[in-house]
Amino acid sequence: MTRLQSDRRHHIRFTLNGATAHGEAEPRMLLTDFLRHQIGATGTHVGCEHGVCGACTVVVDGMITRACLTLAVQVDGSEVRTVEGLAPSRDRLGVLQSAFKRHHALQCGFCTAGILMSLDHFLRDYPTPDESDIRDLLSGHLCRCTGYTPIVRAALDAAHELAGSPTSEENAHA
Amino acid sequence: MKPAPFDYVRAETLDEVLAVLAAEGSDARIIAGGQSLMAMLNTRLAKPKVLIDIMRLRELDRIETRAGAITVGAGVRQAALLSWPSLAEKLNLVALALPWTGHVQTRSRGTVCGSIAHADPSAEMPLALLALGGEVHLRTARKRRKVAANQFFTGMMSTARGDDELIEAVSFPSGNATRCAFREVARRHGDFAIVACAAVAGQNGVRFAVGGVADTAVARDWPRLDGSALDDALNAFAHELDARDDVHATARYRRDLVRLIGRDLVREVLQ
Repeated sequence: MTRLQSDRRHHIRFTLNGATAHGEAEPRMLLTDFLRHQIGATGTHVGCEHGVCGACTVVVDGMITRACLTLAVQVDGSEVRTVEGLAPSRDRLGVLQSAFKRHHALQCGFCTAGILMSLDHFLRDYPTPDESDIRDLLSGHLCRCTGYTPIVRAALDAAHELAGSPTSEENAHA
Repeated sequence: MKPAPFDYVRAETLDEVLAVLAAEGSDARIIAGGQSLMAMLNTRLAKPKVLIDIMRLRELDRIETRAGAITVGAGVRQAALLSWPSLAEKLNLVALALPWTGHVQTRSRGTVCGSIAHADPSAEMPLALLALGGEVHLRTARKRRKVAANQFFTGMMSTARGDDELIEAVSFPSGNATRCAFREVARRHGDFAIVACAAVAGQNGVRFAVGGVADTAVARDWPRLDGSALDDALNAFAHELDARDDVHATARYRRDLVRLIGRDLVREVLQ
């Protein structure tokens, strides 16, 4: 049993988008704040802080996760994926990101990081979704700019492109 | 929107969990998937001094079929139960209701027992447990007990669980070929239910249960009813639930939903 005291900072070591990362957190620190303020990974956005809006959605150990409903101390030793891991390089967008750009699936971009992470995770498990699958997934996100229609189009387009691409599984979503 | 300070205990064995619960009592809270509790911590509606994380306990992450019941351990996530291959065959009501619990993004981490521990009056898992006549398995360092669903939920977000008790599992009777039906009305799929209803056919009649209206889910057992007798029973039930107006819906709208959905579901399962 490990008991982490409330008034101390504890060392957290985890994998972030494939690279080792570490920082310090009190037990009450949320994963959102830990990623943004301790690690400096500000791609993950913070909206409602009670699990409703979906802006902070990341992937932890293969599970799609609200970072605002997760404690930093809970990801010690875990593998975390965030929106920073989607692009194959600094000057190139991933397939899903390109589809979002092409279909005008974002305006202010606040919700986008979370939606990209949900879709990236979902399309790995369900490579040939239909519109209702995508809409059901998007019910876990709030977007106040687009009306969702262009997001649905971008997601279906990206799924189509990914399903048709001969790339290996590792970089299929790069 | 940040939690108040607490100690975080990462438990490796059940004995550790029970020892901390025995020592800390109401100052401690169990965290499993955290999809209800973390929101309570962030808004400071809950301010425990100690948080006990049970998700490293493999023995709690089990779905077991035994003696006509399906037992779901405290570590079983909603997504795991939803993808359990026997779910539709053995627990059809849960198979129908679980897709309405939160969203893909919360079912991935949230647990079945956690939703029952949280006891939100509009939540689907407490409703399903009540409609099926399930039990909650409670355990302290010294004793174990089982509490029937209709005794467990005592009010809005309050239950019969003692401060030193862990919900080790919940069990649902596995009716072979029991006819059941579920329907929910919410503003957006996955949001809190305005009204959620479940009907389960029994040997001599039907059990009809409603969530989202009263302080807890409420069930009624009726003989085989039809026509005006069914309408009268549903109307009386709708009023007994003591619906209130809130930002989501009026009391009258909720009563209408109970009557309309109730008639459809009861007829469906008694066909």
